[in-house]
Amino acid sequence: MKYNIIIFPGSNCDYDAHYVTKHLMGEETEYVWHKDTSLKDPDCVIIPGGFSYGDYLRAGAIAKFSPIMKEVVAFANNGGLVIGICNGFQVLTETGLLPGALMLNKSLLFICKHQYVKVINVKTPFTVKIKQNAILDIPIAHNEGNYFIDDDGLKSLQDNDQIVFQYCDKDGFFNDESNPNGSLMNIAGIVNKNRNVLGMMPHPERSSDPIIGVTDGRQIFLSIKKFLKK
Amino acid sequence: MIRATIYVTLKPEVLDPQGKVIKTTLDTLGYHNVKDVRASKMFEVTLDADSENIEQEIDEICDKVLANPNIEIYSYRIHK
Repeated sequence: MKYNIIIFPGSNCDYDAHYVTKHLMGEETEYVWHKDTSLKDPDCVIIPGGFSYGDYLRAGAIAKFSPIMKEVVAFANNGGLVIGICNGFQVLTETGLLPGALMLNKSLLFICKHQYVKVINVKTPFTVKIKQNAILDIPIAHNEGNYFIDDDGLKSLQDNDQIVFQYCDKDGFFNDESNPNGSLMNIAGIVNKNRNVLGMMPHPERSSDPIIGVTDGRQIFLSIKKFLKK
Repeated sequence: MIRATIYVTLKPEVLDPQGKVIKTTLDTLGYHNVKDVRASKMFEVTLDADSENIEQEIDEICDKVLANPNIEIYSYRIHK
C-alpha cells in the first residue's frame, strides 16, 4: 500500500508520520506539497498535525484553499482513505469532509500530554484491528481541540455511528476530568458517513515507536493495513 | 474605494471560552455589573468595487472565508 502525506506551510508532524508509515510500518510513503495539483497514487492520504498557515483566521481555514485540497476532496469522495490528525482534523472540518468544528480549548491553554481514548467504533478502516471499547494511550497536543456540533449534527453522528474515539480516564470512564479540552461528549475522533475519512485530535504517530514508551497509536496504522489487504 | 467593517461572532448557543474568562476577570476586578462578555473578530476590508453589488460580494467573502457557518455568524457595516 502507499501513503501520501500532505505538507502545508506550518505542518510539523509530517516527518513523524512519514517515519511511522515508511520506517515502522514499512509502507511506501510520499510527501505531497500543498501547491501540487495531483496526488501520488495513494491508498491513504494523511493530513498531518501542525499549524498550517500559522493557524491564521481559524485553524485549518486557509489550508482548505490550497490547490492539493481539491484533489484530496475528490479522492475522499471517490472512497479513498483520508486521515487528518490534529491540525489535519481541523482542515477536514473546515473543508467540509467532516462535520462540526474544533474550537479553542475550554481552558484557553495549549494542552500537550498523554491522553486515554476509548475506541467506540471498530467498524471503520482505521479501527478494524482494535477491540471494541479498547482504551488507548495516545498523546494530544493542541490549542483548538474543543469539538462542537449542533444538536441535529450530533444526532446524525450518533445515528450513523460516526463517533470513533472519546476521551476517557484510564478505566474508560467519561467525565469532566477526562475531557481535556471541553469537547462535546468527550469526542476525540469521528468519521464521515461513508467511514473512509477519519479526523482525530490525538496523535497516533507519536505513540507508535516503542522508544517513546507507548505504541497504542500503531493500532490505527495496523488497522489501515489490514483493511486494505482485504 | 469602499470600506467595510465585518464582525464575526460565535453563535449565541456556542460556548465562548475567551469571553467567559474575560467576564470572570472583570468580576474579580469589581465590575459586577458585567453580566456577559462575548469575544469576536473584526475585519476592516477595503474593496475596489461597484457599490451596487457590494453586499453580495461581502456575503460571499464571509460565507466562504471569514466565518465558519458551523459555529459563527457575521454582520457588517459598509462605509460609503
